[in-house]
Amino acid sequence: MKILAIDSSGLVASVAVVEDEILLAEFTIDYKKTHSQTLLPMLDQMTKMIELDLNSIDAIAVAGGPGSFTGLRIGSATAKGLGLALDKPLLHIPTVDALAYNLYGVETLICPIMDARRNQVYTGVYRFEGDQFCTIKEQEPMAIEKLAELLNDRGEAVVFLGDGVPVYREALKGLLKVPYRFAPAHVNRQRAAAVAALGLLYAAAGKFETATEHCPDYLRLSQAERERAEREAAQKGEH
Amino acid sequence: MEKDVLILAIESSCDETAAAVVKNGRDVLSNVISSQIELHKLYGGVVPEIASRKHIEKINQVITEALEESHTTLDDLDAIAVTYGPGLVGALLVGVAEAKAISFARNIPLVGVHHIEGHISANYIENKDLEPPFICLVVSGGHTHLVKVADYGTYEILGRTRDDAAGEAFDKVARAIGLGYPGGPKIDRLSKEGNADAIHFPKAKIADAPYDFSFSGLKSAVLNYLNGCQMKGIEVNRADVAASFQKAVCDVLVEHAMLAVKESGLNKLAIAGGVASNGTLRAAMEQACAENGIRFYRPSPIFCTDNAAMIGAAGYYEYMQGTRSGYDLNAVPNLKLGER
Repeated sequence: MKILAIDSSGLVASVAVVEDEILLAEFTIDYKKTHSQTLLPMLDQMTKMIELDLNSIDAIAVAGGPGSFTGLRIGSATAKGLGLALDKPLLHIPTVDALAYNLYGVETLICPIMDARRNQVYTGVYRFEGDQFCTIKEQEPMAIEKLAELLNDRGEAVVFLGDGVPVYREALKGLLKVPYRFAPAHVNRQRAAAVAALGLLYAAAGKFETATEHCPDYLRLSQAERERAEREAAQKGEH
Repeated sequence: MEKDVLILAIESSCDETAAAVVKNGRDVLSNVISSQIELHKLYGGVVPEIASRKHIEKINQVITEALEESHTTLDDLDAIAVTYGPGLVGALLVGVAEAKAISFARNIPLVGVHHIEGHISANYIENKDLEPPFICLVVSGGHTHLVKVADYGTYEILGRTRDDAAGEAFDKVARAIGLGYPGGPKIDRLSKEGNADAIHFPKAKIADAPYDFSFSGLKSAVLNYLNGCQMKGIEVNRADVAASFQKAVCDVLVEHAMLAVKESGLNKLAIAGGVASNGTLRAAMEQACAENGIRFYRPSPIFCTDNAAMIGAAGYYEYMQGTRSGYDLNAVPNLKLGER
């Protein structure tokens, strides 16, 4: 099983090709250029470097959200275009799950935090039980205080990673009553290799989708929809 | 017999997700448009984030339909043309990323197209005899440009709006008289029941810039008129307001277009863009051209509003001139006509 993977959900742009237990190539950058300028050139260079026949891949895995709305759409549109052009299925990998999968084998809780603005993080809580990757708390937008409370209640050691760490490191230090660590640079941001590796599990479980049906999971309404819902709720309250 | 050139075109700059297959720049083999207009009516205008979300939902389906309807496969294509600006950045990015991925996966040349160049090129589709040079008036919800098309891909902007686009003025006036979004077709329809000479609205002239437009003053004049009526307790005849406003817009568009044609000595005028589907404007422009002995070109309404066939037409001429875009092609929301 050969999987081409894409993650452009956050500040990082990352592409990778994994074949079973081998990472054939990965290209990851965290740079100020937009994903629109970097993602396809990276994919082009990476596939040329390993002389990859694109028709030999079995599926395209994409970090399907949450994340930056625009970043997610660049990744999804790229995956959809590849799927259409190559007639290959897609694997929709939840972004926070893939982030956590970077820390395979870690024995504490794993808690990715992505800066979600509006005083929230996109987060989830995970652990490895032996070989099994287990979700304790599914990915969702959450206030950092609520996350700290949830972790304190569990009373277990935890490793944080993600672009929310520099934003909330000090806040976490003040809030947490459990032992915690922060993951180092090589595994603390989105990596397409992790998306691909998790994609292998999805593929084994038959969790494919078509390129046509694939859409990102934003985990949030657009601002206009949210405000409209609030207005309607307020109007209902008045009556 | 030269080989036919087949182009798959993709357009997602605003609220239509569209794909088309165009042969030799002029023959439209398919033209698929998924409009989001119903979705945006709830908000009284296009919501960029909602538009972008809808584009990603629809884009593969639209492309697949365009290929199937034209009995074309990706193997048959000579190029992929995609709108990369101007427009809503998030919306543009969906089409651009999709087009780049297909181009990359199948090694098909990629051509980034300017949205307004597309609108202008819509005129080539049904007028096989039309060739540059000519004058083109581009009027839509986002643009009001008077352009000299010197050659394929070579444009000289003679005039532009200083404030609101013509279509924007339609939307704002429609909202003010309670017609809702989108304003253009609704005002056009209602004005048929009204008297266009009932109310005199001013036509803005800009000193030293005879080809430039200004519609915000006209819009304010309409709003002032409505307020005045309300204060005096006079019932507003909405059809008269719609007809008089529309006439004021059309008069100024016709006047500037005639002046540009005469001064350029080109004798050929085309119109383009969503507002070019307005029945009153088409009739007024046709009459003025007939009176002045000018050849008049206009696309069918389906090629006036946003579509991908026009991007395929523009993309063809860019492709033939050697334009190629790289995989780093980005969306440029405020792209200027004639820039790359």
